[in-house]
This record gives sequence, structure tokens and C-alpha cells, in this order.
Amino acid sequence: MASRTVAKDIITLRGSAAIVSEFFGYAANSILYNRGVYPEESFSKVKKYGLPMLLTQDEGVKSFMANLTAQLSEWLEAGQLQRVVLVIMSKSTSEVLERWNFSIETDKEVVEKGVSREKSDKEIMREIQAIMRQIASSITYLPCLDEPCVFDVLAYTDKEVAVPFTWIESDPKLIANPQMVKLHSFDTKIHKVDTLVSYKNDELDD
Amino acid sequence: MDAGGSFTSSNKSQSRNPLQEQILHRRNSRENLDRFIPNRSAMDFDYAHYMLTEARKGKENPVASSPSKEAYRKQLAETFNMNRTRILAFKNKPPTPAESLFPEASSSVQQTKPTKPRRSIPQTSERTLDAPELVDDYYLNLLDWGSSNVLAIALGNTVYLWDATDSSTSELMTVDDDTGPVTSVSWAPDGRHIAVGLNNSEVQLWDTTSNRQLRTLRGGHGSRVGALDWNNHILTTGGMDGLIINNDVRIRSHIVETYRGHHQEVCGLKWSASGQQLASGGNDNLLHIWDRSVASSNSPTQWLHRLEDHTAAVKALAWCPFQSNLLASGGGGGDRCIKFWNTHTGACLNSVDTGSQVCSLLWNKNERELLSSHGFTQNQLTLWKYPSMVKMAELTGHTSRVLFMAQSPDGCTVASAAGDETLRFWNVFGTPEVAKPAPKANPEPFANLNRIR
Repeated sequence: MASRTVAKDIITLRGSAAIVSEFFGYAANSILYNRGVYPEESFSKVKKYGLPMLLTQDEGVKSFMANLTAQLSEWLEAGQLQRVVLVIMSKSTSEVLERWNFSIETDKEVVEKGVSREKSDKEIMREIQAIMRQIASSITYLPCLDEPCVFDVLAYTDKEVAVPFTWIESDPKLIANPQMVKLHSFDTKIHKVDTLVSYKNDELDD
Repeated sequence: MDAGGSFTSSNKSQSRNPLQEQILHRRNSRENLDRFIPNRSAMDFDYAHYMLTEARKGKENPVASSPSKEAYRKQLAETFNMNRTRILAFKNKPPTPAESLFPEASSSVQQTKPTKPRRSIPQTSERTLDAPELVDDYYLNLLDWGSSNVLAIALGNTVYLWDATDSSTSELMTVDDDTGPVTSVSWAPDGRHIAVGLNNSEVQLWDTTSNRQLRTLRGGHGSRVGALDWNNHILTTGGMDGLIINNDVRIRSHIVETYRGHHQEVCGLKWSASGQQLASGGNDNLLHIWDRSVASSNSPTQWLHRLEDHTAAVKALAWCPFQSNLLASGGGGGDRCIKFWNTHTGACLNSVDTGSQVCSLLWNKNERELLSSHGFTQNQLTLWKYPSMVKMAELTGHTSRVLFMAQSPDGCTVASAAGDETLRFWNVFGTPEVAKPAPKANPEPFANLNRIR
């Protein structure tokens, strides 16, 4: 924390990894809330990124998120994480209905040589805020999730990553003929995160 | 190309080897970089299969069909090299949401916010008890449910106690015809002592554990005492004479304050949860808010607010449990309105015409809901969402006006007594387990992450 006040605009790999994994935690919570995967009353409001954000109070979901963000943070620091996907599936049929795709580009030079980059906190927060707003407003165009849903998170990592004890390999859980909407990006100058939501195209052919 | 660990687990991929090879071939032969560069993880095998086997449907070409897809595919190609990727997921899946979340959510997702799962509200009463000789008088208050889970009901000249834990009934006391009938009952906060207002202007205090009368309060009112409410050791009584009297039941000369404001019978009396403000309603269509500190320090007869908006007797009063200065009041047959008041400012916040006499009001202690009981024509109990005042349920069953309601100590069950001489129990406010723990402040949920930069 002290280093932050002294040199405000310097960003390290570790700091960037923390920002990105924290972003993912909030984004996932926001998606679960806005898409109604868990009941509204299991969320409570906090202030983050200059916005009211909702966080789950369900102990199970909370610990899932905590484990997830901890692991993501580790991979991000090693530059091994390429993408995180939050998948929303039908509870009864396991059909994939929505994929929230966060692809991550890592500046390899930073990982390999341990250099730092410059970008102000404020600017990063502003970029994240724009994404969060888009997530919250996505319900206006995403189709209804009119059945009970569950979610899962997929992490796309480098091939050489040893599979952690608590993880298993998974199929990509793709959607047949999806509609896609690209959201804003944010860039810590070390990790660049692109957000995209794809969803099941329910429209009938004309 | 590596077969992609991600897909070896999928048995579907085995049958689609031809497709796979074709893609690989294309990729190797033509390094056409502005086209979709297929790779296994980005491939949509189900769709590809569909296109191969049932292509005649003529759906849009998977490649470059829309700008957003083009962007997506480009992005895939750029950021993502299948040879170096594996897809991982937690072994332990996140908990599935409770089943009770739906069916309601199915209709709600298109709204700006997913609405809460609707708890099912039983449309019929759980239990019906006979209440013979219940006096069908709008101005009385003959039902109360104490903190020790015992329900008191006055039937004619007798007060009966019904223990909700074991459903046993006992008779507390009977007065003779000169003093009776009983016109009001009210449990003290301790759930042990009970005040009984009588037609002859007296108020008796009883100890229900020993079934013994402790004292009689007399000399305050000139006529029947139809409204009672406790504020710690203060018993406030409202009479047909329009007087409201604060009695300190511990001391010999029990009358400590008299509020003069009503000029007709006082039929509703409720202290706020803080014990600071008293709401009183009368047959003179008036609603008064009295403030303890104002009343005792200055002129003792002066009200804090006199609210004259109701056009019939004000009997139903209920202080909101989650907002300290919010009072709901309901008017009689000529008024039919439920009104909401800010008792600090005296402002009327909302008024809803219910279409029927409002006999009683109760707030849900766990949710933002209000229950009202009504008379002609439906004799129903109506559950309202607050503050939208959307009707959530109408509970019918009583065949005469529902004069009195009382809430169980856990806040979930409501007892209603009506002119049809029945006492009914409704499981209208949910089950006791529903009671939510207070939300904890949790400003840093991802505290496990280092914030060094």
C-alpha cells in the first residue's frame, strides 16, 4: 500500500493481476445478480469502481468466488491465463445459454523480465466502470433466462500449466449458432481484458 | 495440431473426425489470416455437425456472417492459440440456486431486475376456531397475541387464553353483566400480565401465570375502554369519552398523563417501537400523534400532529417495523383508505382506497408487506407489497367483517377474528425460518488478493 502512494502510476505484474482477478470477481457477481441466477435477496450492495455493486452473501457461492479469484490471480501473475469464461447453463438440461467471455492478453515482457508499466489507477477504474455498466445494462438485450440456471467458470490457461488439485479439464461448453455482443475492454498495460457475451440465438428463421 | 485436451473427454468429438481433419487441412494449406482461422476450442462442433448433416436449412454461414461475429473470430484467432491452451474448471461446482427461486423468476427476467422468488401464500386458513359471543363491534379491540405465544380473546364477558404452543384453551376471567362485556384486551410486553378494558370504564390487570387479578384501574374514564396499549410499565387506555390516559401500573395514583384531543370514542391506540410516539385514532375521524417528551414537558394535552385526512373512524393503526417514523392507518366504512404517514413531519405519504372498511392493519416483520383486514363486501384479508401497494394476496374465508387481527411473536402467523364468530389462523407472513439475518457489511470480498502495485 505504501508503494502505491509514493509512485502512483507505476503498475507491477502483481498489482495488475490483483486488479484483473478482483475485476473478475465483481463482474461474475454482477452477472449472477443481473441474470437472476441466484435470488436477488442473496446479494448485498457495496460501493466499488464508483458504482453500487452487488455481491453474493450465499456462503457457497462466496467461497467458490474466493477460491476462483485466488487461483486466477496466481495464473495472472505467471502470465498463464488466456481467458476466463463464465457459462450459464440450464439446470435441468445443462444446455449452455450464455457465455461471458473475458479474454486476457498478457504483456510477456513484463512476465519474463519483471519490468513494470505506467498507468494510473483512475484510468483503469474508469475503464472497468464502463464494462460494469455494460454488464448491468445487458439485461435489456439478452434473452430471458426462463428456467432455473446454474453457472460454471472455465479458465483457459497455457498448456504447460499443471492442473491444480481442485481443478479438472473441461470442454469449452460452446453455444450452437450464438449471438455475440462485444463489450468494452480494459487494459492495465500488463493485462488487457476483452469482454464479450455470446448467447443462444432463440430467434426463429424468417 | 494437438488434439486439445479439452476435447478428448468429449465422446462427441470421436464421431466428427472428418470435420476435424478438413479444418486442419485448410488451415495448413492456406494461411488466409483475414478469414476465420479455425481451432478446436473455437470450433462449434455441434453447429458444424449440423451444417454438414443438415446444411440445406441454409442458415447463415458460420464464417463472417455479421460484424460482431467477425470481430469475435478475429479476436479468437489473435488471442488464442489452441496448441497452448487447456480449459480448466473447478471440480467443485458452485451451489445450485434453491429450487424455490423459480417458477416465479421465469416471468420476471425481462424486467430490469430479477424479482424475488414469491413465497407461496396459503389461500385458506390453517386453522379455524369457534369464537361464540364475539361482540361484533368495530370500536373494540378483543384480540391480542402475547410475547409468550398465548392468544387472548374476549368473548362476551369472558377472556379466554389459547396457548399456541400446545393449542390448549383456558378461561382467564369472567365479569358480570353489570361491568361487562369486555371491550379490550392487551398483553403487557412481558407476556405474563394482561390488561382487560371493560364496558363500565374500568381496566383490570391480571397475572396469567397465577390467574390472579392484580389491580383495577378506575377513575380515569367515564365510559367504556375500547383501546389499550402498553409502553413498558405505562398502560395507555382510550375510552368512549375521547380521553387517552397513561397509567403507570406500578404506582398507586396510576394516572400520569391525560391526552385530550378526541371528542368521540378512541378506538385505535398504538405506541411506536421506540416508545416515543403514540398514535391514536377515533370515531371523530381524527388521527393524533402524541410525543412523550412534548406531552410531559409542555402542555400535557397537546398533540404533535392532528391528522384529519380520514373521512371515517380511524381504528386500524400499525407502526412500520423497518422505518421508525412510518405509520399506516386505515379508515372505516365511509373512508376505506389506508394512509401512510411520516410521523415526524405529519406528512401523508400515500393513500390507497381499498374499497372496503379497514378494520385492522399488520406489518410483516420480515418483508416489506402490510396486511389489512376488511369488512363488506368480501370480508377478506389483503396482503400488500410496500411501498408499491400492489396486492399480493387476498385471503377470504370469513363470512363477516374481520374485526381484529393479531400477529404471533415470530411474526409469521396471523390470527383474525370476525363478526362470523370464528377465529382463523393464516400462515401469511412466511415460515419462521424465513427470518433473514441482518446483512453484514462486507466491503472487501476479495481481500485475499494482494493490492500491491
